[in-house]
Amino acid sequence: MSKIKPTKGAPYARIMGVGGYRPTRIVPNEVILETIDSSDEWIRSRSGIATRHWASPEETVAAMSIEASGKAIADAGITPEQIDAVVVSTVSHFKQTPAVATEIADRIGAGKPAAFDISAGCAGFGYGLTLAKSLVVEGSAHHVLVIGVERLSDLTDLEDRATAFLFGDGAGAVVVGPAKEPMIGPTIWGSEGDKSDTIKQTVPWDDYRNGTVEKFPAITQEGQAVFRWAVFEMAKVAQQALDAAGISSEDLDVFIPHQANMRIIDSMVKTLKLPDSVTVARDVETTGNTSAASIPLAMERLLATGQAKSGDTALVIGFGAGLVYAATVVTLP
Amino acid sequence: MAATLEEIVDGLAEIVNEIAGIPVEDVQLDKSFTDDLDVDSLSMVEVVVAAEERFDVKIPDDDVKNLKTVGDAADYIAKHQAA
Repeated sequence: MSKIKPTKGAPYARIMGVGGYRPTRIVPNEVILETIDSSDEWIRSRSGIATRHWASPEETVAAMSIEASGKAIADAGITPEQIDAVVVSTVSHFKQTPAVATEIADRIGAGKPAAFDISAGCAGFGYGLTLAKSLVVEGSAHHVLVIGVERLSDLTDLEDRATAFLFGDGAGAVVVGPAKEPMIGPTIWGSEGDKSDTIKQTVPWDDYRNGTVEKFPAITQEGQAVFRWAVFEMAKVAQQALDAAGISSEDLDVFIPHQANMRIIDSMVKTLKLPDSVTVARDVETTGNTSAASIPLAMERLLATGQAKSGDTALVIGFGAGLVYAATVVTLP
Repeated sequence: MAATLEEIVDGLAEIVNEIAGIPVEDVQLDKSFTDDLDVDSLSMVEVVVAAEERFDVKIPDDDVKNLKTVGDAADYIAKHQAA
């Protein structure tokens, strides 16, 4: 048997930079109320959402990703050529092949990096981050660009009063690179496929193409079941991620849960008994639920507004359709 | 030992008070969670989870929608709680 030369990656990995892009069009609840029988007060009390961004035809999945990536790469202090791998998490890029990651990699000037898309719903950022960390530590890449991007307005049923107000569009990106000490903790992640009906696309694309259904597919969910799982089961996962990283809630500076719904965020904070000293991301109020993009978008805004600072210890947790989840503790860039 | 119906209602009143801020004396058997007590669908989930812990009972999501009144919930808990 011939011997394969061992490779050596970095001892640890870290998030080096973050960037976000929010579409220019801001959509208030009044616009949502044109197609559903509800009220601004009802929407705010059930979701905490006041406005969200919806993408224009020009603000494509690739275009938004390129904007966010440029900012993340600049924030990381590297050049696009130094990116060796591009991982894009999305459920709303309607052209399945080739992977949108390849177009993004080319258009940001990264040369010929490994580039691929993943599908992990609202946990997509955590899945991508975990892959990136593994690539850097294993040695297959020095710098990995992780993008969470969605145009959920394309998958929203504007006549469904339970979800019409919920979703938004946007892109968030981070650069993951080498570190001398642990700056991304162990990921607690998993899937619960027995609950696949809880959050889902209404029908497969081919049902629409074949005329089996008249309505274009949209994302639908069972609100109460999602709420119970997200708050109470995900609080346990979040606690496991803290424990795995050896971080107590008193040591924690920032909590960035997936921006699903303000009620979920508030109840998670209560269930986790986080002290008042922890800054909590509440970006959902003005961004809506942007699935895979929500965590990096919220991270970028907390840093940009000074609510969080570089070097802060943050707990991030994504959870959604699958059901899937991923939680980890990171040092903010 | 299993809680009596009266103990269950008292416990539910405390839970509803803590989660939704409703005075305990308002939580009566015939009151509707949504219409009378202003407990919305998401707060109802929090009430259910707190009741599960307090009374050692499982209330699946499919059953939650049938619990319209405090009496419905108290009866369900009385019937399903561990002996």
